[in-house]
Amino acid sequence: MAVKKKIIYRGAEAEILLSKYLNYKAIEKRRIEKKYRIKELDHKLRAIRTKEEAKLMIEARKNGVPVPIIYDVDLKNCTITMEYLQGKKLKDILNNVSEKERKKLCKMIGENIAKLHNNNIIHGDITTSNMILFNGKIHFIDFGLGELNSEIEAKGTDLHVLMEAFEATHFKHPKCFQYVLQGYQSKLKDDAKQVIKKIEEIVKRGRYR
Amino acid sequence: MICLGIEGTAHTIGVGIAEDVNEKCKVLANIIKMYQPKEGGIHPREAANHHATFIGDLIIKAIETAKIDKKDIDLIAFSKGPGLGPCLRTAATAARALSLTLNKSIVGVNHCVAHIEIGRGTTGCRDPVLLYVSGANTQTIAFAEGKYRVFGETLDIGIGNMLDKFGRTIGLEFPCGPKIEKLAEKGKKYIDLPYSIKGMDVAFSGLLTAAENIARDKKQRLEDICYSIQETAFAALTEITERAMAHTEKNEVLLGGGVACNKRLREMVKTMAKERGAKFYVPRNNLCVDNGAMIAWNGILMYQSGTKMSIKETTIDQKYRTDMVDVKWR
Repeated sequence: MAVKKKIIYRGAEAEILLSKYLNYKAIEKRRIEKKYRIKELDHKLRAIRTKEEAKLMIEARKNGVPVPIIYDVDLKNCTITMEYLQGKKLKDILNNVSEKERKKLCKMIGENIAKLHNNNIIHGDITTSNMILFNGKIHFIDFGLGELNSEIEAKGTDLHVLMEAFEATHFKHPKCFQYVLQGYQSKLKDDAKQVIKKIEEIVKRGRYR
Repeated sequence: MICLGIEGTAHTIGVGIAEDVNEKCKVLANIIKMYQPKEGGIHPREAANHHATFIGDLIIKAIETAKIDKKDIDLIAFSKGPGLGPCLRTAATAARALSLTLNKSIVGVNHCVAHIEIGRGTTGCRDPVLLYVSGANTQTIAFAEGKYRVFGETLDIGIGNMLDKFGRTIGLEFPCGPKIEKLAEKGKKYIDLPYSIKGMDVAFSGLLTAAENIARDKKQRLEDICYSIQETAFAALTEITERAMAHTEKNEVLLGGGVACNKRLREMVKTMAKERGAKFYVPRNNLCVDNGAMIAWNGILMYQSGTKMSIKETTIDQKYRTDMVDVKWR
């Protein structure tokens, strides 16, 4: 039964291994033990994040946001087995397309986030490293820092993370975040202005703003 | 080239003298004096008065220590920001006076960038992610296309500020970090505290409130609370550092800022680096804390890459962000 598994990516908290589930090509996301933190904290964080991630991915998919299909969850080993998406990271695409294409992609991102927020799903780490373009759709991955939360504060913080990611990684294209907000506004059921106002408030709370 | 740098962003007034030797930083003198509030935290005006009282003596002492003549100084540098207005103005005024008296050029330096450059200039790292942890600042910084960009930072208060606030609650004197570190060494039991990470950012206010409440209840040992604060907060800092490293694909990590003197934090970041096959660097303690040598060294880098300032341009900027600096020397 033992299948040889190859590590294809080593992130900050997890290893991604190429695997198989039945006859499907799959990946395993394994949250590895971090020796820098004490055992109590380490296990708590890994177990909670694995469980939350699986829960939120299923919730997102149910509400029309493209995410990999979950095949299996192993809480003991803090591992999720999921669909393998043969796509490209948005981080690597976004700087290298036309402004028109960039606008289209960013609006899609915004629409996806609105669909999550309509259902009180907070992703927790929305960056372009956590989006995969596959089959013409932007798939969201890495829900490990997410939660279910209906507060505007949580939704604002969620978008603020993306805003900062754009500032650090896609600083040559300053309109990206505005496009995202356009898409967001078009699909959000509640008043998006309240969330946008909250983002401004969060920025001002930071140091030296 | 020899530069005299004056640091005065917050509690510390410092005068350092640095020289460039084969593109590395040689520290000739590095003298600091720290303002100690009688009670509570830093009072900006009191701190500025303290700086004004001692800056003259510190300059003389630094020149003596460096065993140079004041004529040997080629450049004056000062901390332009970010920091407390009255303190910044005091340091800048001293720098201007020195520049005019000695008839030497003057440059204003970004304090946060100086922390990363002194690390690069003295430890041998080349392109690190810096975890910059001090009273006011908590940032992960890395170089990308002409600027030092902030990848993660605190969404509310700095780590040192959090430790100081907690310390005051339990009756410790400023600065509380080293005292909390001592107490934490005797801690055994981990008490659950809020662990707050938002993407690549951290937040400490929830952790602070929870810890203060536990301390007020007096049901737990103080040592255990301090231990739990350190374990939780430093794990979060190490995690955002690792996230910034994964995101920027860099394999060097550098520590800087006063809280970088904490042994447990060093150990955690070092372990993280080892586990991901990265290199760990930390400057010696007197270059981690706020100091004049780092200002002097960054001044040399700026001047040699073409930055010149007239006296008129030597204004201070309390909100001088890391990513506002045009890094011409890299």
